[in-house]
Amino acid sequence: MLAAIVLRRSLMTIVTLFGVAIVVFLLLRVAPGDPIAMMISPGAGPDDVAALRARYGLDAPPLIQFWIWLHGILMGDFGTSISLRLDVLSLLAERLPATLELSGLALALGVFLGGAIAVIATLLRRSFVAGLIDAVNGLLLAVPDFVWALAFVLVLGVLIPVLPLSGRIDPALETTFVTRFYLVENLVSGRLALAGDILRHMAMPSLALALPLAAVIARILKEALAEAMQQDYVLLARVKGFSELRLVLGEALRNAVGPTLALTGVQFTFLIGGTVIVERIFSYPGIGNMAIDAVINRDLPLIQGLVLVFGLMFLVVNLVIDLAVVALNPKLRHG
Amino acid sequence: MRALVGDPKVVCAGGFLLLLALVAILAPLVAPHDPLEQDLMLATVPPAGFSGADPAHLLGTDGLGRDVLSRLIFGSRIALTVALVAAAIAALAGTLLGLLAGYFGGIIDALVSRLVEIWMAFPPVLLSILVVAILGSGIHSVIVAIAIIDWTRFARVVRADTMAQAEMDYVTAARTMGFARAAILFGEILPNVTPLLMALVSLEMGIAVIVEAILSFVGLSVSSDTPTWGGMIAEGRQIIHQAWWVFAAPLVALFLTVLAFNQLGEGLRRALDPVMRR
Amino acid sequence: MSPPLLSIAGLRARRRDRSAQPILRDVSLTLAAGEVHGILGESGAGKSTVAKAILGLVPRGIRITDGRILLDGRNLLALDSRSLRRILGAEAALIPQDPSTALNPGRRVGAQLTDGLRLWRGLSAAAADRRALALLEEVQIREPARVMWLYPHELSGGMRQRVLIAAAFALEPKLVIADEPTTALDVTVQKQILRLIRVMQTRHRTAVLFVTHALGVAAQICDTLSLLFMGKVMEQGPAADILLAPRHAYTRALLAANPRHDRPASSPEPIPEPVIAACKAEVAAADRADAEDG
Repeated sequence: MLAAIVLRRSLMTIVTLFGVAIVVFLLLRVAPGDPIAMMISPGAGPDDVAALRARYGLDAPPLIQFWIWLHGILMGDFGTSISLRLDVLSLLAERLPATLELSGLALALGVFLGGAIAVIATLLRRSFVAGLIDAVNGLLLAVPDFVWALAFVLVLGVLIPVLPLSGRIDPALETTFVTRFYLVENLVSGRLALAGDILRHMAMPSLALALPLAAVIARILKEALAEAMQQDYVLLARVKGFSELRLVLGEALRNAVGPTLALTGVQFTFLIGGTVIVERIFSYPGIGNMAIDAVINRDLPLIQGLVLVFGLMFLVVNLVIDLAVVALNPKLRHG
Repeated sequence: MRALVGDPKVVCAGGFLLLLALVAILAPLVAPHDPLEQDLMLATVPPAGFSGADPAHLLGTDGLGRDVLSRLIFGSRIALTVALVAAAIAALAGTLLGLLAGYFGGIIDALVSRLVEIWMAFPPVLLSILVVAILGSGIHSVIVAIAIIDWTRFARVVRADTMAQAEMDYVTAARTMGFARAAILFGEILPNVTPLLMALVSLEMGIAVIVEAILSFVGLSVSSDTPTWGGMIAEGRQIIHQAWWVFAAPLVALFLTVLAFNQLGEGLRRALDPVMRR
Repeated sequence: MSPPLLSIAGLRARRRDRSAQPILRDVSLTLAAGEVHGILGESGAGKSTVAKAILGLVPRGIRITDGRILLDGRNLLALDSRSLRRILGAEAALIPQDPSTALNPGRRVGAQLTDGLRLWRGLSAAAADRRALALLEEVQIREPARVMWLYPHELSGGMRQRVLIAAAFALEPKLVIADEPTTALDVTVQKQILRLIRVMQTRHRTAVLFVTHALGVAAQICDTLSLLFMGKVMEQGPAADILLAPRHAYTRALLAANPRHDRPASSPEPIPEPVIAACKAEVAAADRADAEDG
């Protein structure tokens, strides 16, 4: 059952990914705008341009180019970035950890905030606070991550400057890292001051990414909890004398989480997509920020590599959510 | 209709958007200055109420001495144009496909549904940047990008609603009376799907405003000599420590506009749908 | 004679809406320790409101306007919710109507059997497990050690009701409220479950308040009976007396409608319209008398 789901889901997404890769590849090649024109120095002759085109393999027909590219991917060669003149794979390897840490933190934050809002709203459903929570959640639902990020920049970065506005770590802190996972590395090695500085840099972007996810989770989980709280097993637990908090957390929540996860799955991938613009706003050195530069510079090999990496991230997130939905439902688990 | 007028959120949102539309249409008349007129002697003048303010510039001036309020007003033209046109195209395409899939079922339905599924697998922000990368920057690309990305929102809902409507007695009645399929689809079913469609269009316009702002923030929308909210935010970000209002003014405008479209859409959905579709 | 375990006196309840329709009209009953008292009535007669009032679970649309519910001398209606929870959790239990929805689908059977023991008796996990195993054996569940680790959807309806009965008796409560515990089960299982409740009740000397709409079921298990009609007690007393020598017209009609009341499966005939009308008149007259008094 589990294995079947994983397999079916993976295959479908790989096929989709492959399709998207072809379409993007071909469209980028017939689209107007010449990447070479953007990188040549003034005064270069047509011969220089032709030489460069040949060097980046842009002189072959698009389908042949795709074949060469695909062959390279399978061999672990993602090509060379036109604008940065570096190996695409090592560029991705350098930037991806930053994005993974950011989106991981944002996901955790979104799930935690959304869950907390839903649980509190359920506990206080008969008090006057319930309306207030609904209103706040309505606002969170209406406003996207882009606007939250900008609002944080203005309020927490400039008007009341409590958090750093850009980057991943204070450049004044001269340190070297073994890995590119700065946060994880510092937490594991116990350098808490450094980890704190990194967290302060991640606070605004991750919160901006987390809020829309939290709002959707809060709304759907609240409904699922409300339904669960009506069930006979909660009534019986109430007769057993359990506190309201235990009824919500111990009885209702476990049956509400699965359906909520199934309904909010798309939102998790939206969060990862959101890193593109949010990283840009905070000059955060991840692959999202790099993607925008790649697009502006029409850096075809880099764009293709990025599409693949993002696609892979969505695949993994979708898979994890599917598995979690199954794992959380005893009826599905034992098939 | 009465439910709409009685909903304070909808009234506020609708009123704000109406005012915004008026301001956008009458921009040359309402704007106190030429939005492009530079005056480096009067650069980064703070808004009214702060020390050093100039009464001629209610919201202050930016780094080149251009009037922020006037740029805001002209920026609303781009925002609303993109919102209107992109939402209309997305709605048109999505509705057509949704109607066909919902009414005819079978292969058409399978095709459309699969397409929607694939589309939904990719997050909108990334897709829009990719589409603009392919089409090149500019307002037309922005509109096309939004329509290409968001037709699925309409197709999904219209398909489901059409399927529900097609089961109803009035459709069976029309069919037994020998109406042509197209007549049933557009004459009978479409009018019944329209209320829901209106709510979706309002929500979509809010999304379009954001996408346009994102693309112009990044520099992939209209050329930089046309004032846009996203462009203003990007410029304001450069001088945010010297002149935060250049950043704040378009951000507040963006925030309110998105909120208004959202509240109007949600309000429409509530009012037109007594059963509360969830 | 010792004071009764449960004593309800003058319980009145109304709808909270503008109609303020009475739901319970001066209900009084007593239940001695170790006895089974049946509350018998058609749907809407207010019998489950009585059960819910004892458990502090009256729906938000209904308000208790008057009366006392004494459990071991403590008025449950006067307690704050925390004390009520403590008393009920340790001393009372509920066997619910529908076993398919009354077990948490996300928790293992064992966990649901032991949570009350751990909370109110302070048992260790191992001790609670041992007690739960013994209970499952007592309600004649085969392979209890395996069943402890199952999820509710892996059990049949009859097994689930057995688990719920085991859970109800787990803390040796003084009072078990059985709310139509056999209604959702099929006929063959019904009989077994009824017998099981009776056996458990006798063995543990537990008082049971048995709520049912089926005369046949009540006849099998109850020592004493209260017949409810529109929230008013029409007849009350030892079950044998009521069944053999009914005094109230409503009871007689009910018996006549259930010719084989020793068989729970037989479906009753409707009660004749004139009897219903007379009962309604009696209720209305009582309401008028109340209005004049108060």
